[in-house]
Amino acid sequence: MKIFKKNIFLIIVLCLNLAALVLFPQTGIKSFEFTVKNFMNFLFMLTPVFICIGLMDVWIDRKAMIKLMGENSKSKGVLISFALGVVTAVPLYALLPIAGMLLKKGSKISNVLIFICSSASIRIPLLLFEVSYMGWKFTMIRFIVNFFIVFAIAIIIDKTLNEKDKKEIYDNAYKL
Amino acid sequence: MNSIFSYYLYGIAAILLIISYLKNKNKTLLGLKKALKMFLNVLPQFIAILFLLGLLLAAIPSSVIKNVLGENSGISGILASAALGSITIIPVIIAFPIASELLQSGAGIVQIAVFISTLTTVGFATMPLEIKYLGKKTTYLRNLFALIFSFITAYVTGWALR
Repeated sequence: MKIFKKNIFLIIVLCLNLAALVLFPQTGIKSFEFTVKNFMNFLFMLTPVFICIGLMDVWIDRKAMIKLMGENSKSKGVLISFALGVVTAVPLYALLPIAGMLLKKGSKISNVLIFICSSASIRIPLLLFEVSYMGWKFTMIRFIVNFFIVFAIAIIIDKTLNEKDKKEIYDNAYKL
Repeated sequence: MNSIFSYYLYGIAAILLIISYLKNKNKTLLGLKKALKMFLNVLPQFIAILFLLGLLLAAIPSSVIKNVLGENSGISGILASAALGSITIIPVIIAFPIASELLQSGAGIVQIAVFISTLTTVGFATMPLEIKYLGKKTTYLRNLFALIFSFITAYVTGWALR
């Protein structure tokens, strides 16, 4: 029962896929083909990410991390989180395990949110790529607007979460 | 195309691994063991995302994406682009060339901008994974605000590039 509840999303999606296979065989078969192909891409992308967070787990000292990005890190913590975010050019799904590790090591929640939001919307390694396709103006306007939005989202969510919510997030991070 | 940036990640991981191994062999092995454990812990969520993504890709062919972004205009087109960006997971490396091509063939800049913003910041399919790391409340709020602000970014971009 516990396993069922824990993997409810996986079970629902599997049922949907099976239903597609029965009702629309063509779409269903295509879906399985895409799933296998994407699984390889995911593994390829996630292997270095997980190696890095595994090493972070054993090498990074919690105290040092709290000093850098923790509760009393103030503007230094904000700056480090933002810088770390914008140089990390990975999709959202690969970003989350890194965020979990930052939480486990005692980073402030608002800083982790800055990291996630900045990395999702501003990716410095990809800027030139964006410029070459979308042009300077498009890229720069998005960059500037996103800069403000990153902090807006992080601050709003941080203010909305109460102590209980925050404790839950940290407890959860320890279990990962 | 996507692999260029993955190689950059592999480079970083390899350098860190070598430094770590030279400094302390046992600690490195422990780190790798922990990495594997953490990976297996979220594997069910990842597999679910993959199946959902496969289904979405099979049900929404790229021609549909091109139609939604390229031909619909006005508010309904912008909403459809936002919905499309929120539910699909396409690497930006693939999305930018498509977006650029659509712009040249006359698609609205607001649609394209909202699509790119939602694609990168709003993750409908990855929500269960995000909940696992950040909890329900933070996940819902983050995705909601990311969606709202995607419209703002898109309108500002559209207004500035008029």
